[in-house]
Amino acid sequence: MTKTRPKYLDPLRIRLPIPGLISILHRISGLGLFLFLPLLLWLFQSSLTSPDSYVRYRGAFANPLVKLILIGLLWAFLHHLLAGLRFLALDLHYGTDLPTARATSWAVLVTTIVLTAVLGAWLW
Amino acid sequence: MVKRVVVGAHYGLRDWLVQRVTAALMAVYTLLFVLILAGARPTNYAAWTALFNGQAMKLATFLFLVSLFLHAWVGMRDILMDYVKPLSLRLTLEVVVAALLVAWAGWAIQILWSVR
Repeated sequence: MTKTRPKYLDPLRIRLPIPGLISILHRISGLGLFLFLPLLLWLFQSSLTSPDSYVRYRGAFANPLVKLILIGLLWAFLHHLLAGLRFLALDLHYGTDLPTARATSWAVLVTTIVLTAVLGAWLW
Repeated sequence: MVKRVVVGAHYGLRDWLVQRVTAALMAVYTLLFVLILAGARPTNYAAWTALFNGQAMKLATFLFLVSLFLHAWVGMRDILMDYVKPLSLRLTLEVVVAALLVAWAGWAIQILWSVR
């Protein structure tokens, strides 16, 4: 069946509502976490294998570029976790009306940024 | 002969459920791990490895990582299905993702059970 409905899917022209923004950031953060899993596993391994490798792990952790990536991944993890909990609530039909959905979207966005800033400053 | 219906709303139900069950397991592990960290406050190698010494912690962490890999499989496949339209390229990328996840699962076992 051919559908002739017009489609406007230019991502630069779509103005996403806030729940849509949370949704696409959930996807982007998940992709980012997947792509950096080898780095995280390597750091985890280095931290555990031996006292020498632990020193290497501390060294890598002290590298500003690695720190920047880790803070980015911290944001990604927190956003993915909080937005994911919101989606689980939506699956259970909690908070599906528009004002609540918008409010919880803002809550996810703001809480993630605040938590990332606090934990990031502490880790740095 | 097995007759599979490859269309219909129920077809993705198992993946949908896997994604949510693994998400819940990971959320619980994350909460417990943060509490353990807050309690133990490991600041050196000995204290850090001591956390992963016991079999229970190894198994719980392994369960978390297996959940992570299954969860990532469903999510990455969703992304590939949405954005990569040529079948050959999508299949290739799906195989790459699946192979990486299985390899990382092996790596995770090696990491965890090397801790003494």
